[in-house]
Amino acid sequence: MNPAQEDDVVQLLTPSGARTSGEYDRWVEDVDDNELMSLYQDMVVVRRIDAEATALQRQGELALWPPLLGQEAAQVGSARALRTDDFVFSSYREHAVAYCRGVDLTDMTRVWRGNASSGWDPFGINMATPQVIIGAQTLHAVGYGMAIVNDGDDAVAVTYFGDGATSQGDVNEAMVFAASYQAPVIFFCQNNHWAISEPVGLQAQVPIARRAPGFGIPSVRVDGNDVLATLAVTREALHRARTGGGPTYIEALTYRMGPHTTADDPTKYRDANELEDWAAKDPIARLAAYFQERGLYTEDFQSSVKAKADDVAREMRAGCVNMAEPETMDVFKNVYSSPNSWLERQQDHYARYLATFDDTAADAEGSK
Amino acid sequence: MSSMTFGRAINAGLRKAMENDPKVVLMGEDIGKLGGVFRITEGLQKDFGEHRVMDSPLAEAGIMGTAIGMAYRGYRPVVEIQFDGFIYPAFDQIVCQVAKLHYRTQGKVKVPLTIRVPFGGGIGSPEHHSESPEAYFTHTSGLRVVSVSNPQDAYTVIQQAIASDDPVLYFEPKRRYHVKGEVNEGVDLSAESMESARVVTEGSDVTLVTYGPLVPTALDAAVAASDDGVSVEVIDLRSLAPIDFATVEASVRKTGRLVITHEAAQSGGLGAEIAASITERCFYYLEHAPVRVTGFDIPYPYSKLEFHHLPDLDRILDGVDRAMGRANSLSSLEG
Repeated sequence: MNPAQEDDVVQLLTPSGARTSGEYDRWVEDVDDNELMSLYQDMVVVRRIDAEATALQRQGELALWPPLLGQEAAQVGSARALRTDDFVFSSYREHAVAYCRGVDLTDMTRVWRGNASSGWDPFGINMATPQVIIGAQTLHAVGYGMAIVNDGDDAVAVTYFGDGATSQGDVNEAMVFAASYQAPVIFFCQNNHWAISEPVGLQAQVPIARRAPGFGIPSVRVDGNDVLATLAVTREALHRARTGGGPTYIEALTYRMGPHTTADDPTKYRDANELEDWAAKDPIARLAAYFQERGLYTEDFQSSVKAKADDVAREMRAGCVNMAEPETMDVFKNVYSSPNSWLERQQDHYARYLATFDDTAADAEGSK
Repeated sequence: MSSMTFGRAINAGLRKAMENDPKVVLMGEDIGKLGGVFRITEGLQKDFGEHRVMDSPLAEAGIMGTAIGMAYRGYRPVVEIQFDGFIYPAFDQIVCQVAKLHYRTQGKVKVPLTIRVPFGGGIGSPEHHSESPEAYFTHTSGLRVVSVSNPQDAYTVIQQAIASDDPVLYFEPKRRYHVKGEVNEGVDLSAESMESARVVTEGSDVTLVTYGPLVPTALDAAVAASDDGVSVEVIDLRSLAPIDFATVEASVRKTGRLVITHEAAQSGGLGAEIAASITERCFYYLEHAPVRVTGFDIPYPYSKLEFHHLPDLDRILDGVDRAMGRANSLSSLEG
């Protein structure tokens, strides 16, 4: 069976922008036109963030960037469902989630510019900094969820990962722990069909969401390019977690329309027709079509969204290119919480080494 | 002061830490009702409940990764790895996550995690149950590594490890669990740094550096050497990362000779680090090249042969003879 086969997939907006109805309607009853327009704006803004960051990389301002192009609905729909006190453990492509959590735009580029190991304070926005080791963060989310249970709280831990990560032991162990402890965790798998150059069929022979029930975790497949549907399924999962129902596994079917990162070339490994098929399911275009149908896609609306995206892009670019260079001796900082004699010695020796250049300069100056 | 076994002293230290801080939780396989395969956590689940002493699924990466998540939310997890050889499935979570989260987040996320590892051989176990993996972790920045050798240190250092905001690997020499000793339960934890080495017995001819399971063996060797007219100063490192080189250095400046002994394989092991560091610091004080007496570079052997692999009193004495320039097993090679 094709793991990407789209049976039993929750969808509330068709690719042509038609509103369908079903059992998930009740989770988005309160979503009025204003809310939908705001979801649309977020998707446009993050697509613009993504384009701007990709441009910054091409211009040599960023060392690398993992584009999210095509995954805006999966990320915005799920992230907008969360409460401030929920905690996100993501991978490295969740720029839209970070944006919705309120991460500072300069901070968003800091890591990719190579100016810091992390862009933001995880506790400032309740989102861990991006995880690079595939799937490792899923266990952290489950541990966080176990701690929520211990605290008697009703927050939820949400972890994002891709289809490739589902092959990792950590992700499978995370499901064992989540089920055993009934931890309030959402496993949000963005099946974007590609793990760098490897198609999802290499990771799974049946739909990925089918694995979770084997661990005792209910799962749902959702059209990841449908922002309303991802919002709905995430709300349901959050409700289950908050009311003691334990973990939920969501597989959002979406597509990575760009490269894995700015360092690879997808034309080498995938068919152009596939990209075309998915372009027809674009998450932003379908909401625009829905608005158009209902007379909401006015010039005013379009220009206000564009103005917002321009502002955000401008702010991000300025923050990125004007970022202060890190201090040399910061390389030794924060390895430990408390002093460590080995490191202090190396730091002292390196400072002395660097000082010899100052002395040389001073000597040269003196001999003139 | 009360007399208790090494294993009991760890239990008492865990209990004290749990009483003092409600955020201290224990996680691991079989640590609840059973009290762990070595009974180190015996009675703790009964007294503190299942939310503080958590039996884990059989998945070491899972235990380590979820402990990290607990730490994100302000807990201080103490994780038990059932046997040394079982730590490898958790290796990625330890070296890529536990060790680096503080650095990666510019100090925002603390991982005050204690990883208890019963380690070393000498108990006749099958494979994967007798290993000495400490060098993998001393090589990883961001981790602290300790190994204690007696009940008092076991009691004190486990509490210091739990109180540390840095992650600590706490290597327990399993063949010494039943050794008895006096323990002062009112010890002032801040009186001595967790990093400090201990001069176990003073001597003037050779400095013998060791830790964990071989400390009693090294002491026996020192007694035997003194019968032979050689005065051996024994140092119990206690902290393996960082090593208290100041104490080792002061001793070597006095004796001029250094022997290092550990159960772990020789190549790339802690003995190499100690020999190199002390040579850098004390080259002009050394009367002889540092000597290593270690396990062989082999997979841990089946139990009928393990006592050939493990340094014993006679192999250590032979090492002392090498450092002293006296007749030894390698004399014919050195001419």
